[in-house]
Amino acid sequence: MALLEIENLHTYYGNIHALKGISLEVEKGEVVCLIGSNGAGKSTTLKTVSGLIRPRQGTIRFEGEEVIFLPAHEIARGGVVHVPEGRRCFAQLSVEENLELGAYSRNDKAAIREDLAHVYELFPRLKERRKQYSGTLSGGEQQMLAMGRGLMARPRVLLLDEPSMGLAPVLVDQIFEVIKTLHDEGTTILLVEQNAHMALQVADRGYVIQTGEIVLSDDAKALQHNEMIQRVYLGLA
Amino acid sequence: MRQRAQGKSPLRRAIDVGLIGSIPALLLALVGMVDAFSNRYLLEESVSTGQVMLAVVALIVGYLAARRISLPAQTVATKIGYGAVAGLMVGLVLALLLFIGEVVGINLRKVLVNASPALYEILAFNQAPAVGMLLLALMGTLLGALGGALFVMPARLRSAIITGITVIILLALLRDIVKLVFQQYEPTTALYRFLFTPNGGLTKIGLLLAFLLPAAADYVWSAGRPTLDRRYHALPDGTQKSVRWVGLAVAFILLLLFPTIFGRFPSEAMNNVILLGIMMGLGLNIVVGFAGMLDLGYVGFFAIGAYTMALLTSPQVGGGMNFWTALPFSLLASMIAGIILGIPVLKMRGDYLAIVTLGFGEIIRVLVLSDALRPWFYGAPGITGVPAPNVGGMLLNNPETLYYLLIAVMGLTLFISLRLRDSRLGRAWMAVREDEDVAEAMGINLVVTKLMAFATGATMAGLGGAIFAAKLGSIVPQTFNLLISVNALAVIIIGGMGSVPGVVVGALLLIGLPEVLREFAEYRLWVYGALLVAMMLFKPEGFWPDEGHRRELTEHDPEETPQAPGPADPPLPPGTVRDRAAVARADIRATHTEDEAGLDE
Repeated sequence: MALLEIENLHTYYGNIHALKGISLEVEKGEVVCLIGSNGAGKSTTLKTVSGLIRPRQGTIRFEGEEVIFLPAHEIARGGVVHVPEGRRCFAQLSVEENLELGAYSRNDKAAIREDLAHVYELFPRLKERRKQYSGTLSGGEQQMLAMGRGLMARPRVLLLDEPSMGLAPVLVDQIFEVIKTLHDEGTTILLVEQNAHMALQVADRGYVIQTGEIVLSDDAKALQHNEMIQRVYLGLA
Repeated sequence: MRQRAQGKSPLRRAIDVGLIGSIPALLLALVGMVDAFSNRYLLEESVSTGQVMLAVVALIVGYLAARRISLPAQTVATKIGYGAVAGLMVGLVLALLLFIGEVVGINLRKVLVNASPALYEILAFNQAPAVGMLLLALMGTLLGALGGALFVMPARLRSAIITGITVIILLALLRDIVKLVFQQYEPTTALYRFLFTPNGGLTKIGLLLAFLLPAAADYVWSAGRPTLDRRYHALPDGTQKSVRWVGLAVAFILLLLFPTIFGRFPSEAMNNVILLGIMMGLGLNIVVGFAGMLDLGYVGFFAIGAYTMALLTSPQVGGGMNFWTALPFSLLASMIAGIILGIPVLKMRGDYLAIVTLGFGEIIRVLVLSDALRPWFYGAPGITGVPAPNVGGMLLNNPETLYYLLIAVMGLTLFISLRLRDSRLGRAWMAVREDEDVAEAMGINLVVTKLMAFATGATMAGLGGAIFAAKLGSIVPQTFNLLISVNALAVIIIGGMGSVPGVVVGALLLIGLPEVLREFAEYRLWVYGALLVAMMLFKPEGFWPDEGHRRELTEHDPEETPQAPGPADPPLPPGTVRDRAAVARADIRATHTEDEAGLDE
């Protein structure tokens, strides 16, 4: 039984049929990436999993339990932690306050302190700026903060939405370094990326989504060598 | 704008500034404020505060002209000259008004009811129109030059002079209250007689003293302050703490002695500040400032608290409870109302929420006013005979004693507000304010969090309403109009969204000043509007902003030390799309830096 199982998910925005029967699985400890172009339904998938959007049809099982009818905050408390697209830090709160809010649903103070130290270890930059208001951080720092905030919840599965979006190449490398580290530590990650090249390098497996449907799924290695992927997403000949 | 202005000669720009500046001056005259303030004198019985208002406008225009137009390299005389030109324009425009009204004889009153002969007399300094016009031009020039001089002089001196001017204007405006307070005791009565003339404003010596002493104090204080600050911070932490505690204790004792020192009228004013300003502001601040939900129907909860109190206590409607037994019911009723209103609006944000809550406030007022519900709520005549609060058999039925109840309740609400702000719930509110979706994804229960904000805010309003009913002894539906909500909201905006001390400052300014200037209450809304516009332009974060808001709206974090460009943060390549909010913030910061740079020159 996979940690996260999604079956035949249909999500609509009003009359627009955004997800047309998505099915995917994430095993414990895996990094799975979901690649696809703009508007393919990558973010919608994540939002549906974390409960921010309600699907019309389908099942989402987390650790074997149906979570589709749970409100978003309960899904989050269950360990499905969503790091949204575009960072979305709490601008008027300090870095540390943002991180503390990440651990909002937890009560184990000692463990929270440990995790805070761990996040600062992963992102030393955040430690330097812990008293600073997050609205004044640079884009890269905000992305680090958003990821750190997600990690503070001790995710059983981390949903990362476009962590590299709008970042300079050096920062993209850094962010993916951290994703690798998290992978080595055993964190389960469902990663949504437009940057297929980077995503396939860190992922174990990958799904390709086009206009709301999964069109391809395979090992990351295999996908990297897939002719269609190379042509459409990697820009190779 | 700026670019286009570059092409004009400095003189032309000074004239422009003066002409724009003359608009507020004209407005003050034509809405009748100058006339309304004409029998409050600044100096003996010659200079009225109405004239002072216009003078202040000319002064500010002169200052702004010098600041905007002059270049650092120009001579002092040139800079002052720009101020004088701008000031002259203000004088000339007012002279033109006098000319049209008095010399040409066009009756402006058909449209502008306040363009009265009385106004013309004031504008003409009680002289013939021609002389008056000359005087206006002359005074305008002088004041504009003085404004320009203010710009040229060192910042410390400027601050001292502004303090002095503010003090004399306040003394003149508040003469009646000063009189009341001072005449309570022998020595202060003598002081009053020394400072003020019997029927007019300050005496010449009084004026001089009232200007010089505060100005000197300001000057010395600004000189000594850095040293004091340094010494204070050099103290060990424990001592710093005790210094703060002593400060707080002194403030607390002064607060307790307030009715004894100042007497009845100021106590009454203070009661209204606490009740309608601070308590309502604090409650609404939880909903709007902390949780970010714009609630325009806040008066509804206030009304519910007041009506519950009145219905349960007034013998006329078969109540009969005393204040303290009825109070929990008032709180409960308003809290439940808060939750009931909260549930349907959970999914609404921003403008939609504002409109729905606005409707709620009106519904409550219309319900208690309605004839159909008259058997229960007693309709338009309202409910009378509400007993005053009692403490140990003593009725708190005068402003001085009621003051202590209000201080106690204010202390309680302040304490609750501060504790809530730093609590887990407070954090959740702020997260919801910043970003609902992310807050939810962090495991925050939106329903509970939002309802808690509505319930807490509503309970505080209910507490205010209950005391309000007991304080007045009677309530009528028409009291509970939109204006009470607007007042509370304005208090928060002026003070600084989400800031607890800001609420206190905002309440003193917005409720306190109109209270002590009651005879000019008709200009209250006018001043409100002007103040709000000015705030949004010059100090969008409020008088005493919450840290986060201040940081976002002003410059960079002072703690942020410039660091060597580390590998983590290379400069963004040109054309990199950053999020719009960050760009907007950067713009705001840029404008501010520019303004501040201008001030510092």
